[in-house]
Amino acid sequence: MAVEAAVAPLAPPRRFPTLRRLFRHRLFLIGLVLFGTMVVLALGAELIAPHAPARMQFRMRFRPPGEGFLLGTDNFGRDILSRLVFGARLSLGIGFAVVLVTGIAGTIIGLAAGYFRRVDEPLMRAMDALMAFPAVMLALAIAAALGPSAVNAVIALSVVYIPRTARIVRASVLVVREMEYVQAALAFGGRHLWILWRHVLPNSLAPLIVQLTFIFAYAVLAESILSFLGVGPPPPTPTWGNMIAEGKDYIREAWWIAMWPGLAICLTVLGLNLLGDGLRDVLDPRLKVQQG
Amino acid sequence: MPPDAPLLAAQNLAKHYKVRGGGVLRAVDGVDLTVRAGDTHALVGESGCGKTTLGRLILRLVEPTTGSIRFRGEDLLALKPEAMRRMRRHLSVIFQDPYGSLDPRMTVAEIVGEPLRIFGQGTRAERRARVEALLAQVGLTPAHATRHPHEFSGGQRQRIGIARALALEPDLVVCDEPVSALDVSIQAQIINLLQDLQQSHGLTYLFVAHDLSVVRHIADRVSVMYLGRVVEEAPKAALFAAPRHPYTRALLAAVPQPKPGAPPPVPLAGEVPSPLNPPSGCRFRTRCPVAVARCAEDDPALRELAAGHRVACHLAEA
Repeated sequence: MAVEAAVAPLAPPRRFPTLRRLFRHRLFLIGLVLFGTMVVLALGAELIAPHAPARMQFRMRFRPPGEGFLLGTDNFGRDILSRLVFGARLSLGIGFAVVLVTGIAGTIIGLAAGYFRRVDEPLMRAMDALMAFPAVMLALAIAAALGPSAVNAVIALSVVYIPRTARIVRASVLVVREMEYVQAALAFGGRHLWILWRHVLPNSLAPLIVQLTFIFAYAVLAESILSFLGVGPPPPTPTWGNMIAEGKDYIREAWWIAMWPGLAICLTVLGLNLLGDGLRDVLDPRLKVQQG
Repeated sequence: MPPDAPLLAAQNLAKHYKVRGGGVLRAVDGVDLTVRAGDTHALVGESGCGKTTLGRLILRLVEPTTGSIRFRGEDLLALKPEAMRRMRRHLSVIFQDPYGSLDPRMTVAEIVGEPLRIFGQGTRAERRARVEALLAQVGLTPAHATRHPHEFSGGQRQRIGIARALALEPDLVVCDEPVSALDVSIQAQIINLLQDLQQSHGLTYLFVAHDLSVVRHIADRVSVMYLGRVVEEAPKAALFAAPRHPYTRALLAAVPQPKPGAPPPVPLAGEVPSPLNPPSGCRFRTRCPVAVARCAEDDPALRELAAGHRVACHLAEA
């Protein structure tokens, strides 16, 4: 069959346009460097740490930052730099685990609630009930009830952040399910699971990714709060929250004990928030705050 | 299925939406529709008359409130979900909006091949060959297969939608205003493509449109809809030569004539009444230039005035 020449040649495709735009976003790059540094510290803890994080040297207590101990030592004579990098591993690990659990559970709940309208009411009311509690109070209550450990901190923080994730996913699913390509997939015989997996999920992902970046930041912060209050991984495990908790009594004589982990938390959260802002600007530009 | 049975026969099809505040919106209100295999059956009417909803009802993308649909000799509305899903390979659709109807995250190959994957047809390599053949049939090239929809113009996207619609060799294609979102210069190309494909694939079209010049070009039969009802149904030639229903006459009179010196079109007075509260008796009586008292009382049924020419008007005469 003869068909008239229908189509003008296309411009050559640009590869990875989203990545290009991300790497042109200055704040995103700063965030990437900050957070990337923390990840490198956490992953390379064994290589970076000059001492074993739990090794106590009583003659070396309260050494200020300087020779031998780059960031100083704490009240037990432990090397703060070593504790900081091993603490990064635990704090970031807990944050990542929370993001993973929250991302999966929140996505499933959000997809179900947004797509199958019959389960929307019960699911979202349950989420509302969880969201009615202040986040840290709820996490504290759950962690206290389960007992202090890293796994329990992950459980507690996931319970807190799943409702927020589910809401975000549900909101985008409600938009995507009305798209005509979803109707098309139904018309061409697609099952609901197929449509959810092939159409609804990929098109709802952008706000979720942005949100998960912020949840990572909240989780790092909340985990230090839990540790600080004594319901995180128990001492002498080095987490940033534990380190601050132990250092707070000596803050006037030895400011460095609490300050370094505090700075680490700050930079990590700042880095993640910058990453999230950059991702939001590029992936989900509708949410961008209008800048004068 | 008897040999001369229609491919599609809908009877008394209706879709009523409950509206907040207790009203009932009669989007489609008791429509009979018969489409013979190989025909292009056009549904025309103003926006809001229910023609798109009727198309979605036939596709069972919207569940009818009442009525029956027979397709390929089977009662579509009686099919269980899985049986209906399998039936969908014979029933296809081209959407109006070439932007919204293609998933922006998929490549052209994934979009066109999706129906094949859904029905598990062929191996990966066979599907790819089939997709390339389909693209060639709609005037695209295999090089386009790896591109995303946003890289194409509206007309090109509609070609992608058409290729997808043909992937499973369907019997009936519901064309929901397939060209009304396109530039006039592109419309003719797409219409010609649809006609070529109809011949080569033996397709039947249910062609929803509001542009009468398009309908005049492509249709075999035409159903004219007004406020959720069919008011006139006839072969194209008869309808355009001798419209019987006053609404059809008004619709045809409103088409601008390209002849110099032709009288300017006479628009109908008034607005389309709300489908929430349609007029008593004949739906069209509030705007009808020839309405009489009886029209407010009796709801006119479709009557066959000539062979295959049916009109829902008390005053129409053979």
